[in-house]
Amino acid sequence: MIALNEIPTEYGLWHYWVVVSLMMLGLYIVIARDNLIKRIMGLNIFQASVIMFYVAMGKVQGGEAPIWPLDTMEGHYQDRVFSNPVPHVLMLTAIVVGIATTALALALVVRIKESYGTIEEDEIREIDGSIS
Amino acid sequence: MITHFPSLLIVTPLIAAPICLLLRNGTLVRIWATLAAWACLYFAWGILGQVQGLDGESIRYAMGGWEMPLGIELKIDAANAFVVLIITGIASVVFPFGLGHSGLSGPEGKEHLFYAAFLLCMCGLMGIAVTGDAFNVFVFLEITSLSSYALISMGSSRRALMAAYSYLIMGTIGGTFILVGIGFVYALTGTLNMVDIAERLPSVINSPTTIIAFGFLTLGVGIKLAIFPLYQWLPNAYSFAPSKVTAFLAGTATKVSYYVLLRLFFSIFGIAFIFNKLGVQNILMPLSLIAMFVGSIAAIYQTNAKRLFAYSSIAQIGYMTLGICLLHLDGLKVLNYDGLTGGIVHLFNHAIMKSGLFLIIACVVYRMGTVTIGEMKGFAYRMPWTFAAFVVAGLSIIGVPGTVGFVSKWYLVLGAVAGGHYVVAALILLSSLLAVVYVWKIIEVGYFQKPSEPIEKIEAPITMLVPIWLLMFAAIFFGFATELTGGVAETAAKTLLTAGGAIFGGGTP
Repeated sequence: MIALNEIPTEYGLWHYWVVVSLMMLGLYIVIARDNLIKRIMGLNIFQASVIMFYVAMGKVQGGEAPIWPLDTMEGHYQDRVFSNPVPHVLMLTAIVVGIATTALALALVVRIKESYGTIEEDEIREIDGSIS
Repeated sequence: MITHFPSLLIVTPLIAAPICLLLRNGTLVRIWATLAAWACLYFAWGILGQVQGLDGESIRYAMGGWEMPLGIELKIDAANAFVVLIITGIASVVFPFGLGHSGLSGPEGKEHLFYAAFLLCMCGLMGIAVTGDAFNVFVFLEITSLSSYALISMGSSRRALMAAYSYLIMGTIGGTFILVGIGFVYALTGTLNMVDIAERLPSVINSPTTIIAFGFLTLGVGIKLAIFPLYQWLPNAYSFAPSKVTAFLAGTATKVSYYVLLRLFFSIFGIAFIFNKLGVQNILMPLSLIAMFVGSIAAIYQTNAKRLFAYSSIAQIGYMTLGICLLHLDGLKVLNYDGLTGGIVHLFNHAIMKSGLFLIIACVVYRMGTVTIGEMKGFAYRMPWTFAAFVVAGLSIIGVPGTVGFVSKWYLVLGAVAGGHYVVAALILLSSLLAVVYVWKIIEVGYFQKPSEPIEKIEAPITMLVPIWLLMFAAIFFGFATELTGGVAETAAKTLLTAGGAIFGGGTP
């Protein structure tokens, strides 16, 4: 925890760079790959970057987990710093949404493989003739 | 009881969905889902009456008894009540469609799963429409999207799988963009409640983060709404989904996204930011106009009837977004908002006509086994009642006086003329002519081309005709009784504008 406090403020935005790099990486995979599974993986990276964005947003430097310990009951909590729990809690929901999406996407890919015999989008396009 | 109507709108379909899984029997499930939809229609009707009695105030319902800063709030004003009524109305008509017939709702023997997804989709749409919490919108949006991916994949052709997959990818990117946008808004304001956000945003309105947040949110909603360059998922999803799903989604999903866009523009960011600072109308207007023409022209070249009307939907969404751009403002003073009224009333009108059209195509598929326009020879003689309904819906899409399509175009043209956009008014009329071409394509094959084999009458079953004719009756009724929908839409537009910080006075009709 102390190490985090010692990070100079001019590096204070580095987590945003991590988030943006991951986001673009994920988006690139989704756009550039033809393999349906790889695109889902790209989508997952994309979603994970947003989760990191929220979690980083809620983190307060030097903040503890916002659990109500017994000793704070006696009025000692004024000089303690807590991280903001709301973005973290929101991400629980977002993780569930992400898992549901991935599960559904994988189920679709299984069905696609069953009916087309391939999971490469360009090959599927060829089998179907030109769509749109 | 009536105070709990807002939450019942969400809870009823949510609880009805797992019960479908227990019922298993196809007919029972259909009746059960229909009853749930009708119950929601009753709640929506009650809410609309309640809201109109409140005179511009909104119903605020603390979910689970947790008051506003802590809990999630449902907030309903004239705009939501209108949207909720449309969704429940369309659901009440689409769910009982073909009540006694199997084979319309996904694969044989999986009807209980189909209806469970259907009800969840409806639950999500209700949630988006009534919630007053920004993150809640995201959650319900994903509920809607996930169930609609599943529904689309139940289409009979294997292409439905790829359509669902592409929609899943696009939809998830859109949903995640909305999530990022909400994150930025939360970082700026420290709240997720839309009313609180609107109160706190003006103090940070000049921060670049606000613009970024707005960009992410608009892009995300734009994908879900299928505004011009972001519509690629729509034609495939609509053409390969089961017809009933297409009818429901075409009437509700894009409409709710349009409502979210309105909320975003007016209730959250406000007119001063959207129109005066960013000048969004200058970008959205050309995009809407292009959508109107690209959608209509692409529709003309389709050979698949479902795909034809999918492209026509893109054009119709263009009309709706055009309505926002036609708002005539002088600073914060509203000079004329007929265009916005037209956009909102088109929400209702397009829902009626498009759901009707896709249900008619469902009848054609059920009886004649084809969606290819060239194979619909003798459609008018084989299924005269269905064909008559098609003519009414077609005239309405074109915007012939006496149908609902005319009402929305009338408002849009009024708004365009009042704002001095004479070219836009002309383009609205010109794109209506393109609609004549694609509607005529089907009428020509169905009425004027007779098949070589003898014609036998194979009229669609009565349980399919009644829902279609209910919609068509509404299309004609509201085409004449314009003060009903127009009045509600005008109240909704006024409520939104007031929430957006507009000042009324002088020049308003």
